[in-house]
Amino acid sequence: MDRRLAIKWMMAAGAGAMLARPLAFGAPDAAAAQPGGKGYGTDPDLMKPYKPGDLWPLTFTDAQRRDVAALCDIIVPADGQSPAASTLGVTDFIDEWVSAPYPNNVADRKTIMAGLAWLAAEGPRRFGAAFADATDAQRLSLCEEISLEAPENSQLELPSKFFRRFRNLTTTGFYTTPVGMKDLGYVGNVPSATFDGPPADLVAKLGLTDEVKW
Amino acid sequence: MAFVTPSTTAEKYDVIVVGSGAAGGQAAYTLTMDGARVLMIEAGRNYDPRSETPMFQTPDQAPLRGGGTPDKPFGYYDATVDGGWTVPGEPYTNASEENERQFKWWRARMLGGRTNHWARHALRNGPYDFKPYSRDGLGFDWPVSYDDVAPYYDKVEMLIGVYGQNDGLENTPDSPDGCLLPPPKARIGELLARQRGRTIGIPVIPIHRAVLSKPLDHTTIPAKLHPGNAKAQRIITEDMQNRAACFWATSCGRGCAIRANYQSTTVHIPPALETGNLDVITNGMVREITVDGAGKATGVTYIDKTTRMEHYAAARVVVLAAGACESVRLMLNSKSARHPAGIGNASGLVGKYIMDTVGANWGGQIPLLENLPPHNEDGAGGLHVYAPWWLYKEQLAGKLGFARGYHVEFGTGKGMPGYAPYVPDTGGKTSFGPRMKEDARRYYGSHIGFSGRGEMIPNKDSFCEIDPTVVDAWGIPVLRFNWKWSQHEIRQVAHMQRTFAAWVEAMGGKNAKTPDPDGTKAIENGGFVIHEVGGAMMGFSEGASVTNSWAQAWDARNVFVADGGVFVSNADKNPTLTIMALAWRTADRILDEMRRGNL
Repeated sequence: MDRRLAIKWMMAAGAGAMLARPLAFGAPDAAAAQPGGKGYGTDPDLMKPYKPGDLWPLTFTDAQRRDVAALCDIIVPADGQSPAASTLGVTDFIDEWVSAPYPNNVADRKTIMAGLAWLAAEGPRRFGAAFADATDAQRLSLCEEISLEAPENSQLELPSKFFRRFRNLTTTGFYTTPVGMKDLGYVGNVPSATFDGPPADLVAKLGLTDEVKW
Repeated sequence: MAFVTPSTTAEKYDVIVVGSGAAGGQAAYTLTMDGARVLMIEAGRNYDPRSETPMFQTPDQAPLRGGGTPDKPFGYYDATVDGGWTVPGEPYTNASEENERQFKWWRARMLGGRTNHWARHALRNGPYDFKPYSRDGLGFDWPVSYDDVAPYYDKVEMLIGVYGQNDGLENTPDSPDGCLLPPPKARIGELLARQRGRTIGIPVIPIHRAVLSKPLDHTTIPAKLHPGNAKAQRIITEDMQNRAACFWATSCGRGCAIRANYQSTTVHIPPALETGNLDVITNGMVREITVDGAGKATGVTYIDKTTRMEHYAAARVVVLAAGACESVRLMLNSKSARHPAGIGNASGLVGKYIMDTVGANWGGQIPLLENLPPHNEDGAGGLHVYAPWWLYKEQLAGKLGFARGYHVEFGTGKGMPGYAPYVPDTGGKTSFGPRMKEDARRYYGSHIGFSGRGEMIPNKDSFCEIDPTVVDAWGIPVLRFNWKWSQHEIRQVAHMQRTFAAWVEAMGGKNAKTPDPDGTKAIENGGFVIHEVGGAMMGFSEGASVTNSWAQAWDARNVFVADGGVFVSNADKNPTLTIMALAWRTADRILDEMRRGNL
């Protein structure tokens, strides 16, 4: 047996163990436990555009990236007004986030990597396919289950916590891009010769007066 | 003269100014404009907001979407360099391990110091604020009155540029004509807060902020600032024209590349350099004020952080402007035969009665502000309105259970998104998918956040001293803090939260939580608001204060404290404008005394 095949079998066996114990959550492998790299320090170059991976090594495998992208896009799907999250670099952002050396990130890394390990096992167990390769309906049903804050199945408590945190990271990543900001109705960050205040018809509609004198 | 190195400094200066922020910038400006030769020593690196400010960058261009980290507590794009509540290599300690007795010390190691990051709230102390003891028997009176300081408030406002309005409210001084720039229009949520605040007796008026809502009047102001001084008038006339008015975008906390807001580096230091009278050493950590046999200051020793070599600079006068507690540290570390407890410390009061601003926060969601049509609410990159303290009469009548007031800062509207927008997670579910996107649009900009900013009364339990064992990376002994809020501050915070909750309800909104009934959980740690003042109090007599009313050390007459160290009380008004007004006044005194041959 060559080494590569042995690893495959071992991983399959691992997945089998997961089948019996989907609760095997919160025990990411040792390599995922600690991020590498240092922070950007107290005097970074603020003028230089930055991309995930520039400062500290990223974490996700290709398979994890695919699952993350699929999960992001269920959380923030495309609609008539804006595209899905993964098209705006949110997968890279979450990878950057869980790979950063700061305490909050290290804490999130535990939650997110354990959740992704759970997802990697749960997809094949439920659907016979990776989460990313399951059908839309299959993925949605799984998300519905783990979106419950107090799932009846106690084995889903930790996946449910993972989902909450992952949702917040996804929306952070999405809505802090220029496209996401526009989706929220943010139309600033443009220079102007004057500041005109709120539109007069809006002021009138809310029964207010555009005057600030005591 | 300009940026110099230890090997290119002059043999002797008229004045050494330690620090380059609000106090150091103002002192150096005033002194050099009138011809004094000044060496400014800054512990951090050189910093130029014109080339280093990220003006229009969006969070997706920053690491971690620009959010705060231990390296950059206020976010990646915050202007602060090498700063925060911790500074690498420059520790401090707290005497107690109890959370409520911690003091968190914020520093910034850069030219301009903390002025590069501040909120630009530029409020005058009122007449009551200089005589609080006479009013309620607590704390101390200042040896100066509002009338003594008012002419300097006028000059500082004209120099730095402050928008605001005169509303004639109690202990909330009006400025003379020509001092203030017009306030920007209020945002929609601010108008709603004003209307509903009025129904529960809270006044909302334009705040005063150091942002140019229009260009400074360079044709009339220079002659008012520097009467009879043609050179100073010429320099500041030209410099005022190099400052652009606000273009109504980007947060002031990033700094300002077009010099539309006040930072020491946008307003004070450029014209001071232009005089040719200012030398600046950066990365210079002052260790000690040196003295002669009579105990008179002769200069300072400082460490060049880039080489770790120690150097000496000489001057007739030393002005401390390192930030209240850093100036205290320097005085306590400057021991000699004539000053065994540290220079300026014959009274034993150096380090005593330090204060911060009392802080507590609150949030609510306002259905009336949901789904509003998109419009640009960036404005002046900070607050446009606020509520000054309004219950003077009730308080004096003893109806409130605490002795001093607070003002209310509040933020509403669609600012640049920096993190996950609020969505309701109803029905026990984490919201996601198309419904969540709709909710994010509906609720974005419908929240209001309040911050109460109140006056702390100085007390014996809040002080700093030299830690007996710990030194910093340069071998200089560090500060150890002792801190305790009194019941006045704790009850004030409880009142803040009850008021904010009532205000949210008056706006038809929903409160995020119920107020802390006694204030002990809601009050922020000492130092959190970064309004550290006191520790070198000015006063009427030698035994009962560190400096006289000119901020001149009683026991070392050529040492002056230009920063917030001399504060005797810490009114709810943010301290920066008062620091600058007093620093100008102190610098004028130094000039007068040098002319008279007394220094």
